[in-house]
Amino acid sequence: MIGAWGALGFWVLATLANVWLAKRFSHNRLVQLFIPALFGVTLLVLWEGIVRGLNVSPVILPPPSMIGARIASSLPMLWTDFNQTILKGALSGYLMGCGAAVAVAVAVDRSPFLQRGLLPVGNFVAALPIVGIAPILVMWFGFDWQSKAAVVVVMVFFPVLVNMVAGLKATDALQRDQMATWSASYWQGLVKLRLPAAMPFLFNGLKIATTLALIGAIVAEFFGSPTRGMGFRISTAVGQLDLPLVWAEIAVAALAGSAFYGLVALIEKGVTFWHPSQRGRA
Amino acid sequence: MKDMSSPPVIEAKGIGLIFQTDDGPVEALKDISLAIGRGEFVSFIGPSGCGKTTFLRAIAALEHPTSGTLTVNGMSPEEARRSRAYGYVFQAAGLYPWRTIAGNVQLPLEIMGFSRAERAERVRKVLDLVDLGGFGKKFPWQLSGGMQQRASIARALAFDADILLMDEPFGALDEIVRDRLNEELLKLWNETGKTIGFVTHSIPEAVYLSTKIVVMSPRPGRIADVIESPLPRERPLDIRDSPEFLEIAHRVREGLRAGHAYD
Ligand SMILES: Nc1ncnc2c1ncn2[C@@H]1O[C@H](COP(=O)(O)OP(=O)(O)OP(=O)(O)O)[C@@H](O)[C@H]1O
Ligand SMILES: [Mg+2]
Repeated sequence: MIGAWGALGFWVLATLANVWLAKRFSHNRLVQLFIPALFGVTLLVLWEGIVRGLNVSPVILPPPSMIGARIASSLPMLWTDFNQTILKGALSGYLMGCGAAVAVAVAVDRSPFLQRGLLPVGNFVAALPIVGIAPILVMWFGFDWQSKAAVVVVMVFFPVLVNMVAGLKATDALQRDQMATWSASYWQGLVKLRLPAAMPFLFNGLKIATTLALIGAIVAEFFGSPTRGMGFRISTAVGQLDLPLVWAEIAVAALAGSAFYGLVALIEKGVTFWHPSQRGRA
Repeated sequence: MKDMSSPPVIEAKGIGLIFQTDDGPVEALKDISLAIGRGEFVSFIGPSGCGKTTFLRAIAALEHPTSGTLTVNGMSPEEARRSRAYGYVFQAAGLYPWRTIAGNVQLPLEIMGFSRAERAERVRKVLDLVDLGGFGKKFPWQLSGGMQQRASIARALAFDADILLMDEPFGALDEIVRDRLNEELLKLWNETGKTIGFVTHSIPEAVYLSTKIVVMSPRPGRIADVIESPLPRERPLDIRDSPEFLEIAHRVREGLRAGHAYD
Protein backbone atom coordinates (compact mmCIF):
# COMPACT_ATOMS: atom_id res chain seq x y z
CA MET A 1 0.00 0.00 0.00
CA ILE A 2 2.80 2.39 0.96
CA GLY A 3 4.32 1.92 -2.46
CA ALA A 4 1.10 2.91 -4.22
CA TRP A 5 0.72 6.06 -2.12
CA GLY A 6 4.36 6.93 -2.59
CA ALA A 7 3.96 6.57 -6.33
CA LEU A 8 0.86 8.74 -6.35
CA GLY A 9 2.70 11.39 -4.36
CA PHE A 10 5.60 11.31 -6.80
CA TRP A 11 3.15 11.62 -9.67
CA VAL A 12 1.55 14.73 -8.19
CA LEU A 13 4.92 16.36 -7.47
CA ALA A 14 6.30 15.54 -10.90
CA THR A 15 3.20 16.88 -12.63
CA LEU A 16 3.44 20.13 -10.68
CA ALA A 17 7.11 20.36 -11.63
CA ASN A 18 6.27 19.78 -15.27
CA VAL A 19 3.54 22.41 -15.34
CA TRP A 20 5.89 24.90 -13.74
CA LEU A 21 8.71 24.08 -16.16
CA ALA A 22 6.41 24.26 -19.16
CA LYS A 23 5.27 27.71 -18.07
CA ARG A 24 8.64 29.15 -17.23
CA PHE A 25 11.01 27.64 -19.76
CA SER A 26 8.85 26.53 -22.65
CA HIS A 27 11.32 28.00 -25.18
CA ASN A 28 14.36 26.22 -23.85
CA ARG A 29 15.23 23.20 -26.00
CA LEU A 30 16.61 21.17 -23.13
CA VAL A 31 13.46 21.75 -21.11
CA GLN A 32 11.39 20.80 -24.13
CA LEU A 33 13.11 17.41 -24.09
CA PHE A 34 13.08 17.12 -20.32
CA ILE A 35 9.33 17.58 -19.91
CA PRO A 36 8.21 14.48 -21.85
CA ALA A 37 11.08 12.51 -20.29
CA LEU A 38 9.92 13.44 -16.80
CA PHE A 39 6.38 12.56 -17.81
CA GLY A 40 7.53 9.12 -18.97
CA VAL A 41 9.49 8.48 -15.80
CA THR A 42 6.45 9.52 -13.78
CA LEU A 43 4.31 6.94 -15.55
CA LEU A 44 6.89 4.22 -14.87
CA VAL A 45 7.14 5.14 -11.18
CA LEU A 46 3.38 5.16 -10.90
CA TRP A 47 3.15 1.78 -12.62
CA GLU A 48 5.87 0.27 -10.41
CA GLY A 49 4.38 1.67 -7.22
CA ILE A 50 0.83 0.57 -7.92
CA VAL A 51 1.75 -2.93 -9.13
CA ARG A 52 4.00 -3.56 -6.12
CA GLY A 53 1.79 -1.76 -3.62
CA LEU A 54 -1.35 -3.65 -4.64
CA ASN A 55 0.53 -6.95 -5.13
CA VAL A 56 -0.64 -7.37 -8.70
CA SER A 57 0.39 -10.74 -10.11
CA PRO A 58 3.21 -10.47 -12.70
CA VAL A 59 1.04 -12.55 -15.05
CA ILE A 60 -1.46 -9.72 -15.14
CA LEU A 61 1.04 -6.87 -15.17
CA PRO A 62 4.71 -7.17 -14.27
CA PRO A 63 6.36 -4.06 -12.77
CA PRO A 64 8.73 -2.13 -15.07
CA SER A 65 11.76 -3.17 -13.00
CA MET A 66 11.01 -6.81 -13.70
CA ILE A 67 10.63 -6.07 -17.43
CA GLY A 68 13.88 -4.13 -17.34
CA ALA A 69 15.66 -7.03 -15.69
CA ARG A 70 14.26 -9.41 -18.31
CA ILE A 71 15.44 -7.15 -21.12
CA ALA A 72 18.92 -6.98 -19.60
CA SER A 73 19.15 -10.75 -19.17
CA SER A 74 17.97 -11.66 -22.67
CA LEU A 75 19.67 -9.09 -24.88
CA PRO A 76 21.13 -11.60 -27.39
CA MET A 77 17.72 -13.22 -27.85
CA LEU A 78 15.97 -9.87 -28.24
CA TRP A 79 18.57 -8.87 -30.80
CA THR A 80 18.01 -12.07 -32.79
CA ASP A 81 14.25 -11.46 -32.76
CA PHE A 82 14.69 -7.80 -33.69
CA ASN A 83 16.94 -8.74 -36.57
CA GLN A 84 14.52 -11.40 -37.81
CA THR A 85 11.28 -9.42 -37.50
CA ILE A 86 12.17 -5.75 -37.84
CA LEU A 87 15.22 -5.68 -40.08
CA LYS A 88 14.48 -8.68 -42.30
CA GLY A 89 10.67 -8.82 -42.25
CA ALA A 90 9.38 -5.32 -41.68
CA LEU A 91 12.12 -3.16 -43.20
CA SER A 92 12.62 -5.15 -46.40
CA GLY A 93 8.85 -5.43 -46.88
CA TYR A 94 8.48 -1.71 -46.22
CA LEU A 95 11.10 -0.77 -48.79
CA MET A 96 9.69 -3.10 -51.43
CA GLY A 97 6.05 -2.19 -50.75
CA CYS A 98 6.63 1.57 -50.70
CA GLY A 99 8.91 1.45 -53.73
CA ALA A 100 6.34 -0.54 -55.68
CA ALA A 101 3.54 1.78 -54.58
CA VAL A 102 5.39 4.87 -55.79
CA ALA A 103 6.17 3.24 -59.15
CA VAL A 104 2.59 2.08 -59.60
CA ALA A 105 1.30 5.52 -58.59
CA VAL A 106 3.29 7.11 -61.41
CA ALA A 107 1.89 4.54 -63.85
CA VAL A 108 -1.66 4.97 -62.53
CA ASP A 109 -1.30 8.71 -62.84
CA ARG A 110 -0.30 8.42 -66.45
CA SER A 111 -3.01 6.01 -67.50
CA PRO A 112 -6.69 6.72 -66.82
CA PHE A 113 -7.38 3.06 -67.56
CA LEU A 114 -5.19 1.91 -64.66
CA GLN A 115 -6.68 4.59 -62.48
CA ARG A 116 -10.16 3.20 -63.00
CA GLY A 117 -9.10 -0.45 -63.02
CA LEU A 118 -6.33 -0.71 -60.46
CA LEU A 119 -7.40 1.62 -57.68
CA PRO A 120 -10.63 -0.30 -56.88
CA VAL A 121 -8.70 -3.59 -56.88
CA GLY A 122 -6.11 -2.05 -54.58
CA ASN A 123 -8.92 -0.83 -52.39
CA PHE A 124 -10.31 -4.35 -52.25
CA VAL A 125 -6.95 -5.89 -51.32
CA ALA A 126 -6.44 -3.26 -48.64
CA ALA A 127 -9.78 -4.19 -47.12
CA LEU A 128 -8.74 -7.85 -46.68
CA PRO A 129 -8.02 -8.56 -43.00
CA ILE A 130 -4.39 -9.32 -42.23
CA VAL A 131 -5.30 -12.46 -40.27
CA GLY A 132 -6.80 -13.79 -43.49
CA ILE A 133 -3.97 -13.05 -45.87
CA ALA A 134 -1.07 -13.80 -43.51
CA PRO A 135 -1.60 -17.61 -43.39
CA ILE A 136 -1.96 -17.71 -47.17
CA LEU A 137 1.22 -15.74 -47.74
CA VAL A 138 3.05 -17.97 -45.23
CA MET A 139 1.95 -20.95 -47.34
CA TRP A 140 3.22 -19.28 -50.50
CA PHE A 141 6.52 -17.87 -49.31
CA GLY A 142 7.55 -20.26 -46.52
CA PHE A 143 8.11 -19.82 -42.77
CA ASP A 144 11.11 -17.52 -42.93
CA TRP A 145 11.16 -13.72 -43.20
CA GLN A 146 10.17 -13.69 -46.89
CA SER A 147 6.54 -14.41 -46.08
CA LYS A 148 6.57 -11.68 -43.39
CA ALA A 149 7.98 -9.23 -45.89
CA ALA A 150 5.20 -10.24 -48.28
CA VAL A 151 2.54 -9.48 -45.66
CA VAL A 152 4.18 -6.12 -45.01
CA VAL A 153 4.23 -5.37 -48.75
CA VAL A 154 0.50 -6.02 -48.96
CA MET A 155 -0.19 -3.86 -45.92
CA VAL A 156 1.89 -0.80 -46.81
CA PHE A 157 1.24 -0.80 -50.54
CA PHE A 158 -2.21 0.70 -50.63
CA PRO A 159 -1.90 3.63 -48.19
CA VAL A 160 1.29 4.73 -49.94
CA LEU A 161 -0.29 4.28 -53.37
CA VAL A 162 -3.36 6.36 -52.51
CA ASN A 163 -1.30 9.16 -50.99
CA MET A 164 1.13 9.22 -53.89
CA VAL A 165 -1.65 9.28 -56.49
CA ALA A 166 -3.23 12.22 -54.66
CA GLY A 167 0.18 13.91 -54.42
CA LEU A 168 0.82 13.63 -58.13
CA LYS A 169 -2.40 15.56 -58.73
CA ALA A 170 -1.46 18.25 -56.22
CA THR A 171 -0.04 20.73 -58.72
CA ASP A 172 -2.17 23.69 -59.68
CA ALA A 173 -3.16 24.79 -63.17
CA LEU A 174 -0.74 27.72 -63.12
CA GLN A 175 2.26 25.45 -62.48
CA ARG A 176 1.22 23.09 -65.27
CA ASP A 177 0.67 26.03 -67.66
CA GLN A 178 4.18 27.26 -66.92
CA MET A 179 5.61 23.87 -67.77
CA ALA A 180 3.59 23.98 -71.00
CA THR A 181 4.94 27.39 -72.03
CA TRP A 182 8.47 26.01 -71.65
CA SER A 183 7.48 22.97 -73.77
CA ALA A 184 8.54 20.59 -71.02
CA SER A 185 8.27 16.88 -71.83
CA TYR A 186 6.18 14.54 -69.70
CA TRP A 187 9.24 13.31 -67.82
CA GLN A 188 10.58 16.81 -67.23
CA GLY A 189 7.21 17.83 -65.82
CA LEU A 190 7.20 14.73 -63.63
CA VAL A 191 10.71 15.13 -62.25
CA LYS A 192 10.83 18.90 -61.89
CA LEU A 193 7.28 19.64 -60.81
CA ARG A 194 4.99 16.79 -59.92
CA LEU A 195 7.30 14.56 -57.90
CA PRO A 196 8.54 17.39 -55.66
CA ALA A 197 4.97 18.64 -55.24
CA ALA A 198 3.88 15.12 -54.24
CA MET A 199 6.42 14.72 -51.44
CA PRO A 200 4.29 16.02 -48.54
CA PHE A 201 1.55 13.56 -49.55
CA LEU A 202 3.99 10.70 -50.02
CA PHE A 203 5.47 11.19 -46.57
CA ASN A 204 2.02 11.08 -45.00
CA GLY A 205 1.65 7.63 -46.51
CA LEU A 206 5.17 6.58 -45.57
CA LYS A 207 4.61 7.53 -41.93
CA ILE A 208 1.36 5.57 -41.70
CA ALA A 209 3.12 2.65 -43.36
CA THR A 210 5.83 2.42 -40.65
CA THR A 211 3.26 1.39 -38.06
CA LEU A 212 1.53 -0.98 -40.45
CA ALA A 213 4.84 -2.63 -41.37
CA LEU A 214 5.59 -3.40 -37.73
CA ILE A 215 2.15 -4.79 -37.03
CA GLY A 216 2.24 -6.88 -40.21
CA ALA A 217 5.66 -8.38 -39.55
CA ILE A 218 4.87 -9.31 -35.94
CA VAL A 219 1.37 -10.65 -36.48
CA ALA A 220 2.37 -12.69 -39.55
CA GLU A 221 4.73 -14.70 -37.34
CA PHE A 222 1.75 -16.02 -35.38
CA PHE A 223 0.91 -18.09 -38.46
CA GLY A 224 4.21 -19.88 -38.76
CA SER A 225 7.84 -18.87 -38.40
CA PRO A 226 11.27 -20.31 -37.62
CA THR A 227 12.05 -20.46 -33.88
CA ARG A 228 12.93 -16.80 -33.66
CA GLY A 229 11.20 -13.50 -34.27
CA MET A 230 9.24 -11.12 -32.09
CA GLY A 231 5.82 -12.46 -32.98
CA PHE A 232 6.97 -16.04 -32.48
CA ARG A 233 8.51 -15.13 -29.11
CA ILE A 234 5.42 -13.33 -27.92
CA SER A 235 3.09 -16.20 -28.78
CA THR A 236 5.31 -18.86 -27.17
CA ALA A 237 6.07 -16.74 -24.08
CA VAL A 238 2.35 -16.21 -23.51
CA GLY A 239 1.91 -19.99 -23.64
CA GLN A 240 4.60 -20.35 -20.92
CA LEU A 241 3.11 -17.52 -18.84
CA ASP A 242 6.47 -15.73 -19.20
CA LEU A 243 4.83 -12.30 -19.25
CA PRO A 244 7.97 -10.31 -18.49
CA LEU A 245 9.43 -11.63 -21.75
CA VAL A 246 6.24 -10.66 -23.62
CA TRP A 247 6.55 -7.17 -22.21
CA ALA A 248 10.23 -7.05 -23.05
CA GLU A 249 9.39 -7.81 -26.69
CA ILE A 250 6.65 -5.20 -26.61
CA ALA A 251 9.13 -2.66 -25.27
CA VAL A 252 11.54 -3.46 -28.10
CA ALA A 253 8.71 -3.21 -30.64
CA ALA A 254 7.61 0.15 -29.24
CA LEU A 255 11.15 1.51 -29.32
CA ALA A 256 11.74 0.19 -32.83
CA GLY A 257 8.41 1.59 -34.01
CA SER A 258 9.09 5.04 -32.58
CA ALA A 259 12.60 5.07 -34.01
CA PHE A 260 11.31 3.97 -37.41
CA TYR A 261 8.60 6.65 -37.44
CA GLY A 262 11.03 9.26 -36.17
CA LEU A 263 13.52 8.43 -38.89
CA VAL A 264 10.90 8.80 -41.62
CA ALA A 265 9.69 12.06 -40.05
CA LEU A 266 13.28 13.32 -39.99
CA ILE A 267 13.76 12.52 -43.67
CA GLU A 268 10.43 14.21 -44.38
CA LYS A 269 11.64 17.33 -42.66
CA GLY A 270 14.69 17.41 -44.90
CA VAL A 271 12.77 16.73 -48.10
CA THR A 272 9.70 18.93 -47.57
CA PHE A 273 11.38 21.80 -45.73
CA TRP A 274 9.58 24.16 -48.10
CA HIS A 275 6.07 23.05 -47.21
CA PRO A 276 4.07 25.41 -44.97
CA SER A 277 3.61 22.62 -42.40
CA GLN A 278 7.41 22.33 -42.00
CA ARG A 279 8.56 25.93 -42.42
CA GLY A 280 7.61 27.11 -38.95
CA ARG A 281 9.76 24.54 -37.17
CA ALA A 282 13.38 25.39 -37.59
CA MET B 1 12.92 47.67 -84.35
CA LYS B 2 9.47 47.97 -85.76
CA ASP B 3 9.47 47.11 -89.41
CA MET B 4 6.32 47.53 -91.46
CA SER B 5 7.60 45.55 -94.44
CA SER B 6 8.23 42.25 -92.59
CA PRO B 7 5.26 39.97 -91.92
CA PRO B 8 3.58 40.32 -88.49
CA VAL B 9 4.90 38.26 -85.60
CA ILE B 10 1.42 37.60 -84.29
CA GLU B 11 -1.54 37.63 -86.61
CA ALA B 12 -5.13 36.97 -85.56
CA LYS B 13 -7.86 36.78 -88.17
CA GLY B 14 -11.45 36.64 -86.98
CA ILE B 15 -10.66 34.75 -83.78
CA GLY B 16 -13.56 33.45 -81.72
CA LEU B 17 -13.24 31.42 -78.55
CA ILE B 18 -16.13 29.76 -76.79
CA PHE B 19 -15.70 27.96 -73.44
CA GLN B 20 -18.07 25.06 -72.86
CA THR B 21 -19.13 25.26 -69.24
CA ASP B 22 -21.74 23.51 -67.12
CA ASP B 23 -24.02 26.55 -67.48
CA GLY B 24 -23.75 26.50 -71.23
CA PRO B 25 -21.25 28.09 -73.61
CA VAL B 26 -19.37 31.28 -72.66
CA GLU B 27 -18.25 33.39 -75.57
CA ALA B 28 -14.93 34.78 -74.33
CA LEU B 29 -13.61 36.19 -77.61
CA LYS B 30 -15.51 37.26 -80.71
CA ASP B 31 -14.13 38.25 -84.09
CA ILE B 32 -10.71 39.42 -82.92
CA SER B 33 -8.48 40.54 -85.80
CA LEU B 34 -5.13 42.01 -84.97
CA ALA B 35 -1.63 42.11 -86.39
CA ILE B 36 1.37 42.67 -84.16
CA GLY B 37 4.65 43.54 -85.86
CA ARG B 38 8.15 42.60 -84.80
CA GLY B 39 9.37 44.72 -81.90
CA GLU B 40 6.00 46.21 -81.05
CA PHE B 41 4.88 46.78 -77.48
CA VAL B 42 1.15 46.05 -77.42
CA SER B 43 -1.00 46.64 -74.36
CA PHE B 44 -4.41 45.06 -73.84
CA ILE B 45 -6.76 47.04 -71.66
CA GLY B 46 -10.41 46.52 -70.81
CA PRO B 47 -12.83 45.73 -68.00
CA SER B 48 -12.53 42.53 -66.01
CA GLY B 49 -13.74 39.45 -67.88
CA CYS B 50 -13.39 40.92 -71.38
CA GLY B 51 -11.01 38.18 -72.50
CA LYS B 52 -7.55 39.77 -72.18
CA THR B 53 -6.09 36.78 -70.40
CA THR B 54 -7.86 34.41 -72.77
CA PHE B 55 -6.39 36.14 -75.82
CA LEU B 56 -2.88 36.12 -74.38
CA ARG B 57 -3.26 32.44 -73.50
CA ALA B 58 -4.47 31.69 -77.01
CA ILE B 59 -1.31 33.29 -78.41
CA ALA B 60 0.74 31.03 -76.13
CA ALA B 61 -1.30 27.95 -77.19
CA LEU B 62 -2.70 27.51 -73.68
CA GLU B 63 -6.23 27.99 -75.06
CA HIS B 64 -7.47 27.06 -78.51
CA PRO B 65 -9.62 29.40 -80.57
CA THR B 66 -12.84 27.79 -81.76
CA SER B 67 -12.90 29.83 -84.96
CA GLY B 68 -10.61 32.03 -87.05
CA THR B 69 -6.88 31.65 -87.58
CA LEU B 70 -3.99 32.61 -85.34
CA THR B 71 -0.37 32.46 -86.44
CA VAL B 72 2.81 33.24 -84.58
CA ASN B 73 5.97 33.78 -86.65
CA GLY B 74 3.97 32.25 -89.51
CA MET B 75 3.47 29.03 -87.51
CA SER B 76 0.63 27.68 -85.43
CA PRO B 77 0.82 28.74 -81.77
CA GLU B 78 1.75 25.14 -80.79
CA GLU B 79 4.65 25.05 -83.21
CA ALA B 80 5.81 28.44 -82.05
CA ARG B 81 5.70 27.23 -78.48
CA ARG B 82 7.72 24.17 -79.34
CA SER B 83 10.33 26.43 -80.92
CA ARG B 84 10.39 28.28 -77.59
CA ALA B 85 9.15 31.57 -78.95
CA TYR B 86 7.47 32.75 -75.74
CA GLY B 87 8.26 33.95 -72.30
CA TYR B 88 5.04 34.15 -70.32
CA VAL B 89 4.59 36.08 -67.06
CA PHE B 90 1.40 34.99 -65.36
CA GLN B 91 -0.83 37.09 -63.13
CA ALA B 92 0.52 35.22 -60.08
CA ALA B 93 4.24 34.63 -59.59
CA GLY B 94 3.85 30.84 -59.28
CA LEU B 95 7.39 30.11 -58.10
CA TYR B 96 8.15 26.59 -56.92
CA PRO B 97 8.62 26.70 -53.14
CA TRP B 98 11.18 23.88 -53.11
CA ARG B 99 13.54 25.79 -55.37
CA THR B 100 15.56 28.84 -54.48
CA ILE B 101 15.00 32.04 -56.46
CA ALA B 102 17.99 31.21 -58.62
CA GLY B 103 16.72 27.65 -58.95
CA ASN B 104 13.36 28.91 -60.12
CA VAL B 105 14.85 31.27 -62.67
CA GLN B 106 17.02 28.53 -64.11
CA LEU B 107 14.21 25.97 -64.27
CA PRO B 108 13.19 26.82 -67.87
CA LEU B 109 16.87 26.83 -68.78
CA GLU B 110 17.25 23.30 -67.38
CA ILE B 111 14.22 22.17 -69.35
CA MET B 112 15.56 23.72 -72.53
CA GLY B 113 18.94 22.07 -72.03
CA PHE B 114 21.27 25.02 -71.45
CA SER B 115 24.71 24.10 -70.10
CA ARG B 116 25.43 24.57 -66.42
CA ALA B 117 27.83 27.46 -66.99
CA GLU B 118 25.43 29.26 -69.27
CA ARG B 119 22.57 28.79 -66.80
CA ALA B 120 24.58 30.37 -64.00
CA GLU B 121 25.58 33.28 -66.21
CA ARG B 122 22.04 33.97 -67.40
CA VAL B 123 20.53 33.66 -63.94
CA ARG B 124 23.02 36.18 -62.62
CA LYS B 125 22.25 38.57 -65.45
CA VAL B 126 18.45 38.51 -65.20
CA LEU B 127 18.40 38.62 -61.40
CA ASP B 128 20.55 41.75 -61.54
CA LEU B 129 18.16 43.15 -64.13
CA VAL B 130 15.16 42.89 -61.77
CA ASP B 131 17.25 44.01 -58.79
CA LEU B 132 17.28 40.66 -57.03
CA GLY B 133 21.03 40.17 -57.31
CA GLY B 134 21.55 39.26 -53.65
CA PHE B 135 18.49 37.04 -53.32
CA GLY B 136 19.36 34.07 -55.53
CA LYS B 137 19.83 31.72 -52.57
CA LYS B 138 16.59 32.69 -50.82
CA PHE B 139 13.42 30.66 -51.12
CA PRO B 140 10.30 32.28 -52.63
CA TRP B 141 8.40 32.21 -49.34
CA GLN B 142 11.16 34.27 -47.75
CA LEU B 143 10.49 37.14 -50.18
CA SER B 144 7.73 39.74 -50.44
CA GLY B 145 5.02 39.40 -53.07
CA GLY B 146 6.57 42.11 -55.23
CA MET B 147 9.97 40.45 -55.10
CA GLN B 148 8.39 37.14 -56.08
CA GLN B 149 6.73 38.80 -59.05
CA ARG B 150 10.06 40.31 -60.11
CA ALA B 151 11.63 36.84 -59.85
CA SER B 152 8.91 35.47 -62.11
CA ILE B 153 9.68 38.22 -64.65
CA ALA B 154 13.36 37.30 -64.45
CA ARG B 155 12.40 33.69 -65.12
CA ALA B 156 10.50 34.67 -68.28
CA LEU B 157 13.44 36.77 -69.48
CA ALA B 158 16.10 34.14 -68.80
CA PHE B 159 15.79 32.19 -72.03
CA ASP B 160 15.67 35.04 -74.53
CA ALA B 161 12.36 34.31 -76.19
CA ASP B 162 11.49 36.75 -78.98
CA ILE B 163 7.99 37.25 -77.65
CA LEU B 164 7.23 38.24 -74.09
CA LEU B 165 3.63 37.84 -72.93
CA MET B 166 2.81 39.51 -69.62
CA ASP B 167 -0.53 39.23 -67.84
CA GLU B 168 -0.87 42.09 -65.34
CA PRO B 169 2.67 41.51 -64.14
CA PHE B 170 2.75 44.63 -61.98
CA GLY B 171 -0.85 44.49 -60.76
CA ALA B 172 0.10 43.61 -57.19
CA LEU B 173 2.94 46.13 -56.81
CA ASP B 174 2.97 49.58 -55.26
CA GLU B 175 3.10 52.68 -57.43
CA ILE B 176 6.81 53.44 -56.91
CA VAL B 177 8.04 49.93 -57.65
CA ARG B 178 5.66 49.81 -60.58
CA ASP B 179 7.12 53.01 -62.07
CA ARG B 180 10.63 51.61 -61.72
CA LEU B 181 9.73 48.30 -63.29
CA ASN B 182 7.91 50.09 -66.11
CA GLU B 183 11.06 52.03 -66.86
CA GLU B 184 13.15 48.86 -66.64
CA LEU B 185 10.79 47.06 -68.96
CA LEU B 186 10.97 49.84 -71.55
CA LYS B 187 14.75 49.79 -71.34
CA LEU B 188 14.81 46.04 -71.77
CA TRP B 189 12.44 46.25 -74.72
CA ASN B 190 14.60 48.93 -76.33
CA GLU B 191 17.75 46.89 -75.85
CA THR B 192 16.41 43.53 -76.96
CA GLY B 193 13.85 44.42 -79.61
CA LYS B 194 11.44 41.83 -78.17
CA THR B 195 7.80 41.81 -79.17
CA ILE B 196 5.73 42.34 -76.03
CA GLY B 197 2.07 41.64 -75.28
CA PHE B 198 1.08 43.26 -72.02
CA VAL B 199 -2.23 43.11 -70.14
CA THR B 200 -3.02 45.89 -67.71
CA HIS B 201 -5.88 47.65 -65.96
CA SER B 202 -4.01 50.91 -65.70
CA ILE B 203 -4.52 53.52 -68.45
CA PRO B 204 -1.30 55.45 -67.66
CA GLU B 205 0.69 52.25 -67.65
CA ALA B 206 -0.72 51.21 -71.01
CA VAL B 207 -0.06 54.61 -72.59
CA TYR B 208 3.40 54.95 -71.09
CA LEU B 209 4.62 51.55 -72.29
CA SER B 210 2.93 50.84 -75.58
CA THR B 211 3.43 51.43 -79.26
CA LYS B 212 -0.07 50.07 -79.72
CA ILE B 213 -2.98 49.99 -77.30
CA VAL B 214 -5.78 47.49 -77.82
CA VAL B 215 -8.95 48.52 -75.99
CA MET B 216 -11.32 45.60 -75.40
CA SER B 217 -14.96 45.42 -74.37
CA PRO B 218 -16.78 42.59 -72.64
CA ARG B 219 -19.49 39.98 -73.33
CA PRO B 220 -18.43 38.80 -75.78
CA GLY B 221 -14.82 40.03 -75.71
CA ARG B 222 -14.21 42.23 -78.75
CA ILE B 223 -11.73 44.87 -79.81
CA ALA B 224 -13.29 48.30 -79.26
CA ASP B 225 -10.36 50.40 -80.47
CA VAL B 226 -6.74 50.05 -81.56
CA ILE B 227 -4.61 53.11 -80.86
CA GLU B 228 -1.19 53.55 -82.48
CA SER B 229 0.87 55.62 -80.09
CA PRO B 230 2.70 58.64 -81.52
CA LEU B 231 5.05 58.76 -78.53
CA PRO B 232 8.77 58.25 -79.25
CA ARG B 233 10.51 55.03 -78.21
CA GLU B 234 12.62 56.88 -75.66
CA ARG B 235 10.22 57.72 -72.84
CA PRO B 236 11.30 59.42 -69.64
CA LEU B 237 8.78 59.07 -66.79
CA ASP B 238 7.76 62.72 -67.06
CA ILE B 239 6.46 62.17 -70.57
CA ARG B 240 3.31 61.27 -68.68
CA ASP B 241 2.60 64.96 -68.17
CA SER B 242 2.92 65.85 -71.86
CA PRO B 243 -0.17 66.84 -73.89
CA GLU B 244 0.29 63.95 -76.34
CA PHE B 245 0.28 61.51 -73.49
CA LEU B 246 -2.87 62.95 -71.97
CA GLU B 247 -4.57 62.92 -75.35
CA ILE B 248 -3.92 59.21 -75.87
CA ALA B 249 -5.02 58.47 -72.32
CA HIS B 250 -8.22 60.36 -73.05
CA ARG B 251 -8.85 58.32 -76.17
CA VAL B 252 -8.29 55.06 -74.26
CA ARG B 253 -10.76 56.18 -71.62
CA GLU B 254 -13.33 57.01 -74.30
CA GLY B 255 -12.82 53.58 -75.85
CA LEU B 256 -13.38 51.88 -72.48
CA ARG B 257 -16.51 53.94 -71.89
CA ALA B 258 -17.92 53.14 -75.34
CA GLY B 259 -17.33 49.44 -74.65
CA HIS B 260 -19.34 49.68 -71.47
CA ALA B 261 -22.21 51.51 -73.15
CA TYR B 262 -22.53 48.51 -75.44
CA ASP B 263 -24.17 46.20 -72.84
N1 LIG C 1 -11.36 28.05 -68.39
C1 LIG C 1 -12.48 28.76 -68.53
N2 LIG C 1 -13.68 28.14 -68.58
C2 LIG C 1 -14.82 28.85 -68.75
N3 LIG C 1 -14.88 30.18 -68.86
C3 LIG C 1 -13.73 30.86 -68.83
C4 LIG C 1 -12.47 30.19 -68.65
N4 LIG C 1 -11.50 31.11 -68.63
C5 LIG C 1 -12.12 32.31 -68.79
N5 LIG C 1 -13.45 32.17 -68.91
C6 LIG C 1 -14.43 33.22 -69.13
O1 LIG C 1 -14.00 33.97 -70.24
C7 LIG C 1 -14.19 35.35 -70.03
C8 LIG C 1 -12.88 36.10 -70.20
O2 LIG C 1 -12.00 35.74 -69.16
P1 LIG C 1 -10.53 36.35 -69.04
O3 LIG C 1 -9.85 35.64 -67.91
O4 LIG C 1 -9.87 36.28 -70.35
O5 LIG C 1 -10.82 37.87 -68.62
P2 LIG C 1 -9.79 39.03 -68.33
O6 LIG C 1 -10.04 40.10 -69.34
O7 LIG C 1 -8.41 38.52 -68.25
O8 LIG C 1 -10.28 39.54 -66.91
P3 LIG C 1 -9.41 40.12 -65.69
O9 LIG C 1 -9.09 41.53 -66.01
O10 LIG C 1 -10.34 40.02 -64.52
O11 LIG C 1 -8.21 39.26 -65.53
C9 LIG C 1 -14.78 35.50 -68.64
O12 LIG C 1 -16.19 35.67 -68.81
C10 LIG C 1 -14.49 34.19 -67.99
O13 LIG C 1 -15.53 33.85 -67.10
MG1 LIG D 1 -6.99 38.26 -66.67
